[in-house]
Amino acid sequence: MTTTAQQDAPRVRTRRRRSSDRGVNRAFRITATGAGALILAVLAAVAIFLVIEAWPSISAGSETLAESISWFPEDANLLTFVGPLVFGTLLGSALAMLIAVPLAIGIALFISHYAPRRMAQALGYVIDLLAAIPSVVYGLWGAIVVTPVVQPVWEWLSSTLGWIPLFAGPAANPARVMLTVAVVLAVMILPIITAVSREVFLQTPRLHEEAALALGATRWEMIRTAVLPFARSGIISASMLGLGRALGETMAVLMILSPGAMYSFAVLQAGQQQTIAANIAAQYPEASGLGVSTLIATGLALFVITMAVNMAARAIVARRKDFSGAN
Amino acid sequence: MAQRIDVKDLNIFYSDFLAVEDVSMAIEPKSVTAFIGPSGCGKSTFLRTLNRMHEVIPGARVEGTVAMEGVDLYGDDVDPVAVRRQVGMVFQRPNPFPTMSIEENVLAGVRLVNKKISKSDAADLVEESLRHANLWEEVKDRLAKPGSGLSGGQQQRLCIARAIAVRPQVLLMDEPCSALDPISTLAIEDLITELKQDYTICIVTHNMQQAARVSDRTGFFNIAGTGKPGKLIEMDDTGVMFSSPSEQATEDYISGRFG
Repeated sequence: MTTTAQQDAPRVRTRRRRSSDRGVNRAFRITATGAGALILAVLAAVAIFLVIEAWPSISAGSETLAESISWFPEDANLLTFVGPLVFGTLLGSALAMLIAVPLAIGIALFISHYAPRRMAQALGYVIDLLAAIPSVVYGLWGAIVVTPVVQPVWEWLSSTLGWIPLFAGPAANPARVMLTVAVVLAVMILPIITAVSREVFLQTPRLHEEAALALGATRWEMIRTAVLPFARSGIISASMLGLGRALGETMAVLMILSPGAMYSFAVLQAGQQQTIAANIAAQYPEASGLGVSTLIATGLALFVITMAVNMAARAIVARRKDFSGAN
Repeated sequence: MAQRIDVKDLNIFYSDFLAVEDVSMAIEPKSVTAFIGPSGCGKSTFLRTLNRMHEVIPGARVEGTVAMEGVDLYGDDVDPVAVRRQVGMVFQRPNPFPTMSIEENVLAGVRLVNKKISKSDAADLVEESLRHANLWEEVKDRLAKPGSGLSGGQQQRLCIARAIAVRPQVLLMDEPCSALDPISTLAIEDLITELKQDYTICIVTHNMQQAARVSDRTGFFNIAGTGKPGKLIEMDDTGVMFSSPSEQATEDYISGRFG
């Protein structure tokens, strides 16, 4: 009897400790699961809202749309209306990414691996500040400052590289064109990409950096063999955050771009393209009924694009996950 | 392939802090030299000065000379990158590049020097280096798999293969077995004995049996107290060091009276 009592005593104690642990565990698990589920619920709610509100426009015939919406182009249906907007959105964001991503990686590398510590801190602070500027201010800056400054540059681009469709002339004056928008968008998404990339670069294990250096790598070779491959998925995530902002940016585009509705690569000419978000902002005050529904349908298209781009990026990251360094 | 190193009056600093004081020694080619001593005595710091990895840490610097075959590694016109290509290093924790396959890991150093190495040459070099590191039989069927999927001991041998693929003159090992199990340790020790036919090897170890087993000469580092610089107390043939050292401190350390 005594032996069983002695054996039982510790078992009871462990069980008691475990049960309180289990309570905390459970509370934590429920909170975390709840937070995760909430995100999904919000996402689903947005998707459902978009589909329901867009439905009248999607189900209406092209004639009905043209009759009841003043700004709806004649001989167009919903797809031919949304198409150029999707094209313009993608074109502007792609150009902005083309400018911003290499620049952001360069700045982040400079901060994490080249700059003296003090300078790195100051630079990092300035970059974070850039992220805090509201987009309407970027729009003002783009329209008032950037547009006249870049105009001669665009002029030169179109006269020397005009044979490339992208730079086909004549360059518009004032330069209220897609390339100017891309430049401003690039500045806007630069901080988020830089800040996230910098954090990822700083996470590179010292061990791997030293491994590269000990093999006789120069600093750049060390970055190429140890830092960049390690940071690859982080850079992609950072770029996706930036791309998300570029795709959805409204005010800056609205204030700079002279809109058009063409599938045109001529980013130096005015009145060629328009983005979905800027179009919604421009038409919404005048819209009612079917017009609002049509605008929401374009919003649905933007939602789908953003999701598709993000999923594509995830797929790229996942394809090489054995080599990610996470194992 | 193997070269002699002469260290003279070497003082090693972290900014203004003197970490290791006044080391002079000769390291013989094609031999294994072991550095032993209590934690914090500066033996790893000293090892890292032999391939100029010490100065990777901001503010770190040295005074004195480290001469390889008469050429001072710290001379004004010497590029640290060139030094590190001659003096390979294996670290305490296995550190294969996680983003590279086994094969790419072996070639990582080679690709820095020779970008246009042909496919067949590269394959030959991979096999030769992995054979040399006693790893070939275990990985020959999965060369394209990530290096981080190997066991700790295999990873460390992969790191040795990577270090010897660039054909260095000297191989430095900083406690290469401290993160490994006894069987992997034995494999690495056997490997060290084989490698010394071609390379000058310096090894830092906390394990005195290991020093006694693998090394030809042993240097004992000690530290007088916290904040004081580490010093080379004595250096001699390993047999002498472990049977009749001339310093009392060495005998105390070896016989397990401290450290």
